[in-house]
Amino acid sequence: MAENILSVQDLHTSFTTDHGEVMAVNGVTFNLEEGKTLGIVGESGSGKSVTAYSIMQILEKNGSIRSGKVLFRGEDITKWPESKMRDFRGKKCSIIFQDPMTSLNPVFTIGWQLEEAIKLHTDRKGKAAEERAIEMLKLVGVNEPEKRIHQYPFEFSGGMRQRVMIAMALACEPDILIADEPTTALDVTIQAQILELMKDLQKKMGMAIIIVTHDLGVIAQMADEIIVMYGGRVCERGTAEDIFYRPAHEYTKGLLRSIPSVDKIGQRLVPISGTPINLLNLPKGCAFCPRCDAAMKICLEQVPPETRTVDGHLASCWMAVKKEAEAGMINFTGDSGRSLKADDTAGAGSGKD
Amino acid sequence: MEEKFTPDSQYLVQAHDMKMYFPIKTGWFHSKPLKAVDGVSFDIRPGETLGLVGESGCGKTTVGRTLLRLYNPTGGEVYFDGKKVDAKSIGGLRKDMQMVFQDPYSSLNPRMTVEDIIGEPLDVHKLYTSRQDRRDKILHLMELVGLNAEHATRYAHEFSGGQRQRIGIARALATNPRFIVCDEAVSALDVSIQAQVINMFEDLQKQLGVAYLFIAHDLLVVHHISKRIAVMYLGRMVETADSNELNSNPIHPYTQSLLSAVPYPDPKQAKERKRIILEGDVPSPLNMPSGCPFRTRCRYATDECKAKMPPLTDRGGGHMVACWNK
Repeated sequence: MAENILSVQDLHTSFTTDHGEVMAVNGVTFNLEEGKTLGIVGESGSGKSVTAYSIMQILEKNGSIRSGKVLFRGEDITKWPESKMRDFRGKKCSIIFQDPMTSLNPVFTIGWQLEEAIKLHTDRKGKAAEERAIEMLKLVGVNEPEKRIHQYPFEFSGGMRQRVMIAMALACEPDILIADEPTTALDVTIQAQILELMKDLQKKMGMAIIIVTHDLGVIAQMADEIIVMYGGRVCERGTAEDIFYRPAHEYTKGLLRSIPSVDKIGQRLVPISGTPINLLNLPKGCAFCPRCDAAMKICLEQVPPETRTVDGHLASCWMAVKKEAEAGMINFTGDSGRSLKADDTAGAGSGKD
Repeated sequence: MEEKFTPDSQYLVQAHDMKMYFPIKTGWFHSKPLKAVDGVSFDIRPGETLGLVGESGCGKTTVGRTLLRLYNPTGGEVYFDGKKVDAKSIGGLRKDMQMVFQDPYSSLNPRMTVEDIIGEPLDVHKLYTSRQDRRDKILHLMELVGLNAEHATRYAHEFSGGQRQRIGIARALATNPRFIVCDEAVSALDVSIQAQVINMFEDLQKQLGVAYLFIAHDLLVVHHISKRIAVMYLGRMVETADSNELNSNPIHPYTQSLLSAVPYPDPKQAKERKRIILEGDVPSPLNMPSGCPFRTRCRYATDECKAKMPPLTDRGGGHMVACWNK
């Protein structure tokens, strides 16, 4: 087994707002192996982006890491001073954002912005930095890079800007690349180009990738390991095959049922009922319980522990615990024998969000 | 002069050679037409769904808006139920042709209650006899889209994205239309909510017999909901076919690459599938290539493609393709 380059342990991140404390991330744990791709999938408000921002420590002013550790090669970077973090960002770990339109500065040339990162993190100066910028643009497939470094972001199309962002992120050869919804703002044909490019660069440069997305199709294509998040918690984790072919958590199952696909033509989609969770007011038990069709009494009261499913991956669902109990592995007495069917108005949603 | 177009009574909506150019200023006294929609023809039967797909900037939204005459078309004709849609007749036809917008956050007035939002089309078209009748109609619409009656006095900001989209749909349904343009109506929603709204669209069609023009960039969603699909590229239609036929046998090279680029939510398929990665970007519509608009990115482009725009021709069973390549 390869070495863990990054290890997030029981991470809690919250934001202070006028309406109270928004618990965005509630105990997320995962490991990232060297050179591998981890996919974080979830819907809006599931805490997937905040997890990524917490690793980089680029949270909004009102947000902070409450507890937990982020270990980079064994060192807890949440304890690092800001000066050391600046060195971490860009050099050890880079992030690319969803919107390539707004993440580039419109008043500086592409070359200037690329060179800024290179000058800051390496000892290349002047001509050498420019050469590196050109080399990076060539690597990400921008034509005529010598000419294009003198152009401004508005002269680039969306796909080209995202390529520039990737070039910028990889200019200092980081060990980890975090991609936060890297292709959500792009068209499918451009998306295919960018995903292919990311895979290609991973082969060439060997960095580990964390890809954060709501798109199950993108995840299926990119990730070796997947964690599924809901309400700031990890509900299921496993290999891509585990998650797509043998989902154990009711939320994962629901997600997979609700996406249209070619094999399901003519059939009705099976949506997840109810509305997304309100992070200001997390339920006491399982976060998904108000929308879950299989909810039991214990789901309302206790957060489910991470349980190994029959085929060996991990799910945080009382149903998985129950299945294991039925298989005779542990003792489980949580079920009241009554199935609590959640309706549209139950729990957190109720019209307000 | 080409021959006069005569509408066919079996279709509810017919667009013939529809054109929409926007003037773009290139200097103080000069302007250039941006050909957002350049000669698009299609027809929709009563109670049918036509899916319209294409990448951003291909003109699919403009097609929807021009169809409802939210824009004044540069050329071409639109017929609704055999009647020509023009500046004069549109006032009377709006009742039958409605629209659901993409963004549920900006398409609802934040100062109006749900009751007023849904009631506005009723007010405009004077579709009630008394206050009580108006209220009954609103509550019926809310029930139709799965909103609770107690939500009637709330404001749009109190609702989640999915519920807001339901309000937008109820508003579109208020005048009892026979045709609705759904412009990226589910694109802004999370997958679990998206499925709820897609199901609702299907149920409403079964119940009320409305026809949809379903505009979206998500091919899986469009394939699921539509009987027929039209693919657009740079203001033109490149392929139209039955949705299953289009999916199993795409003929136009653009459709082929578009379909192969869709990331399927299946890791095995994702690894095995051969992807046709298109080179480069969509050309600017201000600077259209000569002949076929797709030729700059096409693998099979020949000199013929450079010289002339290929017409939409039937390749059998109503599978229309605009490509010189046989």
